[in-house]
Amino acid sequence: MSLSGSSSGSTSTTAPSGGPSNRTSPRRGVPPDGFDPAKALRRNQHRYGERVSFVLLAGSAGLTVAVTIGIFLSLLFPAIDFFREVDVLDFLGGDRWAPTFADASFGVLPLITGTLWTTALGLAIAVPFGLGAAVFLSEYAGERTRKVLKPVLELLAGIPSVVYGYFALYFVAPNILRDVLHIGVGTFSVLAAGLVLGIMIIPTVASLSEDALSAVPQALRQGSYALGSNKMRTTLRVVFPAAISGITASIVLALSRAVGETMIVALAAGTRARVVSSPTMEGQTMTGFIAQTATGESSPGTLGYNTLFAVGLLLFAITLGFNLVAAAVVRRYREAY
Amino acid sequence: MTTTAPSSTSTATRLRTARHGNRSLASVVFLVALWFALAFSVLCLTVLLVDAFLDGMTRLDANLFTRYTSRIQPEAAGARAAILGSAMVIALTALLAIPLGVAAGVYLEEFADPRRWYNKLIEVNLTNLAAVPAIVYGMLTAGLALAIDLPRRVVLSGAIALALLILPVIIIATREAMRAVPREIRDGSLALGATPLQTVWRQTLPSAIPGIATGAILALSRALGEAAPLLLLGGLVFVTYDPNGLMSGFTTLPIQIFNWAQQPQEEFRQAASAAIIVMLVLLLAMNAVAILIRNRYQKRW
Amino acid sequence: MATFTTATEAPQVDRTPVGQRDTERDLPTQPDPVMACDDVSIYYGDFRAVTRVSMTFGRNEITALIGPSGCGKSTLLRSLNRMNDLVDGARVAGHVTYHGKNIYDRDVDPIEVRRRIGMVFQKPNPFPKSIYDNIAYGPRAIGMKVSNLDDLVEECLTRAALWDEVKDKLKQSAYGLSGGQQQRLCIARTLAVEPEVILMDEPCSALDPIATARIEDLMAELRRDYTIIIVTHNMQQAARVADRTAFFTALADEGTGNRTGLLVEYDLTSNIFRAPKDKRTEDYISGRFG
Repeated sequence: MSLSGSSSGSTSTTAPSGGPSNRTSPRRGVPPDGFDPAKALRRNQHRYGERVSFVLLAGSAGLTVAVTIGIFLSLLFPAIDFFREVDVLDFLGGDRWAPTFADASFGVLPLITGTLWTTALGLAIAVPFGLGAAVFLSEYAGERTRKVLKPVLELLAGIPSVVYGYFALYFVAPNILRDVLHIGVGTFSVLAAGLVLGIMIIPTVASLSEDALSAVPQALRQGSYALGSNKMRTTLRVVFPAAISGITASIVLALSRAVGETMIVALAAGTRARVVSSPTMEGQTMTGFIAQTATGESSPGTLGYNTLFAVGLLLFAITLGFNLVAAAVVRRYREAY
Repeated sequence: MTTTAPSSTSTATRLRTARHGNRSLASVVFLVALWFALAFSVLCLTVLLVDAFLDGMTRLDANLFTRYTSRIQPEAAGARAAILGSAMVIALTALLAIPLGVAAGVYLEEFADPRRWYNKLIEVNLTNLAAVPAIVYGMLTAGLALAIDLPRRVVLSGAIALALLILPVIIIATREAMRAVPREIRDGSLALGATPLQTVWRQTLPSAIPGIATGAILALSRALGEAAPLLLLGGLVFVTYDPNGLMSGFTTLPIQIFNWAQQPQEEFRQAASAAIIVMLVLLLAMNAVAILIRNRYQKRW
Repeated sequence: MATFTTATEAPQVDRTPVGQRDTERDLPTQPDPVMACDDVSIYYGDFRAVTRVSMTFGRNEITALIGPSGCGKSTLLRSLNRMNDLVDGARVAGHVTYHGKNIYDRDVDPIEVRRRIGMVFQKPNPFPKSIYDNIAYGPRAIGMKVSNLDDLVEECLTRAALWDEVKDKLKQSAYGLSGGQQQRLCIARTLAVEPEVILMDEPCSALDPIATARIEDLMAELRRDYTIIIVTHNMQQAARVADRTAFFTALADEGTGNRTGLLVEYDLTSNIFRAPKDKRTEDYISGRFG
């Protein structure tokens, strides 16, 4: 008696009554006569569609590299024209920025000090508040609190920067800084721009830091509790140090965003380019200069137009440096766990 | 009995203090500080929204939607050209960025061998690109327009600038959505003799579409609010006609807001807040759609 | 003698003692080879996961690969239809032949290989589609000429012992099925592209005993038409269903500490379980190691 007979009682619903011979399709198991495995397995179809699609997909991905090269070249060529007329050292070391004056001067230091102030003020807001929010969400908040508060942060991140600019110019400067805090700022100040810039990048710090904190293995926390530490001590002494590279990366990325942010500083920091020595002063940042000059009438090929790109190249180089640092730090912390 | 009693009370006391470890003054102050950090964000968001609403409420009328901006009549300046311009540019941006971004994301997630140098290069480049300042994309587009002899101030140029800006965002969203599809589904398809491309086209991509759609809508909402790259295309601030094609001049809501906010007249400032309300409502609607798609169609594996 | 006549609904497994079945099956001493491994080593990057395996897989037989975890049995299985091509860095040395043709030859299309050598996975993995579309997916994807798709779907579901349970809900999502039903659906799906060999990677490890019994039944049924190679961590399962059994072990490299898989013994199942020739097999079978 064969095996199929032995199991016929149980599989009677499935096994067709006859033997294998009275089924026509599908072909089962046994290859037909004259079966040639080499022929059967050969790449007989060229699959042109497959290859064309693959090239298209890879090309789309490759395009991103072309974008970077394009950015670099489109900044580089006008910048080269610019540096034919202006000495690089005068550009980087000069403290008078007056590209449109009769006795034009191209010292970029005023723009850099403007950027430094807004960026520093922005980080002074974004780092403590962003980290506090991240620690709270990751270590203290219950599931329901997180569900409510995380969307708030996402919403904050989704508000266009021009709206923040308006907020800085028409609410924070007059109502908060002047009326409530009695700080002597004019219509424009790097202080108002920097503070609001900080609010804008809180979500950047908060969400990336929270990811880093949440990635810390639970076992580390439990180990700390087992030694009798309370929650604050565990958070500060165990979780925070373990997540430090992720947190660093979030801060570096926030820094890069602050340097590159345009609309807030274009609206609220002012348009007078001079070395900024106090936060209540009006000042122009690199991005602010680009925005202001671009909206004016400058046609390609002129020195005024090329100036934009020289400043743009500097801006790109600075943010690229920060991004590379952040990426390197992130890579390290990914390896840690 | 007499010897165990005191020791058990002291243990109880010690346990109680230990429990109170989280209620020490330092702990409480720490917790309050954390709370405040988060409350500050909520407060800022609320104040910002209320402020814009109070400023702009009076101007939130039909004029805003039907009239063009005006130098001589600031009290009746409207955002018609900006609203239409934004709609047109965003539609074209979607058309340019979504197919490219999804294709690149599919390649990187499904086909790219991460050990090849060129794929590594694309990876590193992508993370950098995502953090390049928006205004730099404007400079790229200006350079590109110059190179291919495309007018700078037209809808097509604006859409190219914004599409390049959000391309990395869409690629990253696509990859995350594809990654969420379990490996078993791919294996199942390939084991049946489907080609890798068929597997992507018939299994992975359809399953990832809700995630991709959510990411794409969020990216487009970012493009809608972005002004900086468009500033580099020059002018764009005083447009008193409807955009009517790829090569038509245009302005967008954030550009119009920027322009109005810079004017000295109080009326323009109010018009700016009214336009901000319109833009925020549009953004909120887009976000709501994205969240709806995420919640309704996202598969749980 | 097998004398199961129970008419109950509950599925029955053929629990005839192994030896008896073997004599009944009257297996040749050497398998009639459909597939064979010839000195196969499998690498992930520099790490060698499987070392120098040579064995043949007989037509219309069930071959079980058993051994402790980490012994490379799943890796070897996945190399038999080139599923490990999809793992970055995976490399196969030696020959894996199908009807004498090395499937790793340059002129071989892995797509064709996978169509002829199907695979059922550890975790049931139906597509997020209807039951009907799950079956129809393979034939559609490979452009198989099918005169009547409905008939094919019915045929495959019938042979996977699932038709009666699902015939009224073919258009419903496969995700509504139980785990055991899903796994049988995956088997049915594999049958639809007319494979000759079916690889099964611990197909029952995610299933309860009753569902497991049904799958084992089904395998015994399918053996008449297909060649089946199954990886299992369950020795009893190998003893119940397999005609031949290969025992693998994991050997730690003295230098690096990496563990590599090694074929210890390959023989008729009855011999492996009753009279193992190798001490390591005996230890594993008797539970002293593993």
